Amino acid sequence: MDDGIALLTITVLAVFVGFEVVSKVSSTLHTPLMSGANAIHGIILVGAIIVAGQAGDGWTLALALLAVVLATANLVGGFVVTDRMLEMFRGRRSKPTEPAASAASAASPAPAATDTDAKEAGR
Amino acid sequence: MLLSPTWTAILYLAAAVCFILALKGLSSPKTARRGNLIGAAGALVAVITVFLSVRLENIPWIIAAIAVGSAIAAPVARRVQMTQMPQLVALFNGVGGGAAALVALLELGHATPDAGDTTGLYDLTSVLNPWVGLAIAFTLLVGAVSFAGSMVTFAKLQELMTTRPVVFPGLPVIMAAVLVAAIAASVVVIFTGAIWIAVVLIVLGVATGVLLVLPVGGADVPIVISLLNAFTGLAVAASGLVLGNVLLVVAGTLVGASGTILTRAMASAMGRSVAGILFGAFRGGSTAGSTVASDRPVRSSSAEDVAVLLGYAQRVIIVPGYGLAVAQGQHTIAELQAALEARGIEVIFAIHPVAGRMPGHMNVLLAEANIPYEALKEMSEVNREFKTADVALVVGANDVVNPAAKTTPGSPIYGMPILEVDAARQVVFLKRSMRPGFAGIENELLFEPQTTLLFGDAKDSLGKVLSAVKAL
Repeated sequence: MDDGIALLTITVLAVFVGFEVVSKVSSTLHTPLMSGANAIHGIILVGAIIVAGQAGDGWTLALALLAVVLATANLVGGFVVTDRMLEMFRGRRSKPTEPAASAASAASPAPAATDTDAKEAGR
Repeated sequence: MLLSPTWTAILYLAAAVCFILALKGLSSPKTARRGNLIGAAGALVAVITVFLSVRLENIPWIIAAIAVGSAIAAPVARRVQMTQMPQLVALFNGVGGGAAALVALLELGHATPDAGDTTGLYDLTSVLNPWVGLAIAFTLLVGAVSFAGSMVTFAKLQELMTTRPVVFPGLPVIMAAVLVAAIAASVVVIFTGAIWIAVVLIVLGVATGVLLVLPVGGADVPIVISLLNAFTGLAVAASGLVLGNVLLVVAGTLVGASGTILTRAMASAMGRSVAGILFGAFRGGSTAGSTVASDRPVRSSSAEDVAVLLGYAQRVIIVPGYGLAVAQGQHTIAELQAALEARGIEVIFAIHPVAGRMPGHMNVLLAEANIPYEALKEMSEVNREFKTADVALVVGANDVVNPAAKTTPGSPIYGMPILEVDAARQVVFLKRSMRPGFAGIENELLFEPQTTLLFGDAKDSLGKVLSAVKAL
């Protein structure tokens, strides 16, 4: 049962990685953490595809395809909604609220600052 | 032409690393979005890998099913309101749990009759040994519990059913009987692999899930969502053991760990134990509390008075609570913050960990209203700032600012961490009525001389205060 032991080793190590990574998540982001973790377990889709690909009779195939639909909904929906949430977490608001304009102003603060510095120095 | 096992293993490893990076990215709002995209890329790699590495029949059907699942979920995920996020997470969690239970059931049917074919990297299924049987039974039961529990949670949050705890006589007895039957059925599945017993086990799991969530009150639902999330993760990890698929094991375990940590963090933020929340109602409605309004005198005032208090302060700390989320007042409060900042007043938000309807929900609602995340302060860092605040504005929160949690050892919330708004020079409560909060206990702070109350719906009150501030 070497394979079994290998899987057990991986499982135990994954528990520690999970606790380590998640305990560093800021509490500001707990909702995206839940929905992101939620999306990750949608990877059961891989298992659903395997059982659907091996289904011999109609009933088995129907149930397996149901599992594929459910798992896909979990996976795709989870990542989409998490992305939508995280998109909203912005830093200090720049004056115009359009995303394009804020990206431009985020790129330009350094020259703007040197301009005012120059003016101050000239005064 | 299939991928070699080595390449398959490498690609799955890459996907697993992507998932770990996705969770790691969440340590800061700056890296979180990129992390999530990396996670999605990992999922895509994994799905492509399974098509390339396993000899599959029915491929057109499978692709059609994936298309159907995406077509249902993506528009919902794109359109859902941020206040409805907890329901959606519960729903996605439930379907994931259901999928895991189905996979285990079908794998059991596949593994028992003809032994000796390889489904994954590790050929554990060639003989149904008791360990694989155990993993299958675990996935069936926990997946079904997660599915049914999540659906009941969804119904509660969507208000398709009552949000109050549902308790009936004999519930503990029924629950115990169902659990004993489930354990018996698991043992039979482990040693015989009988399919119809496996179906019975799923039915018992569904019953367990329903009975587990019915007695939980509306305000405890966030903890239950988080717990069921952990359950689904564990079910997926167990199904990975069944299929011998390392990626499922790693991904499921990561989710199990995150759900466990969140569940514990939430429970301690409410000063309660997880067992107390799940089984509290069994012991006689500890969550019911009093809903009787007090008639002791308080100082209530007009929106204009509140506007003067805020408009001539230097530092204001806003404490948003569940009432703000219910009233959908997050955009109005963002406007109020902007109006005050335009007057040169420093405004920050103090967020209690259980504000909103799921862990960290209030942060999402305020982020949606364009409030920069730097202005959102966690409880531990904001508590020492109340001393220097001129006004603490409490909007739709009560128990999380009740000083009884620190001062009254007999109180049901004694020991719960609170936001110490009583240290601020002035405290303004925007409240719907004098009804006590969820815990059903009086808040002495309401009767203190430094406290002012403004009654009404949170959004309406905020709107009136906002226009009064603009008129100053």
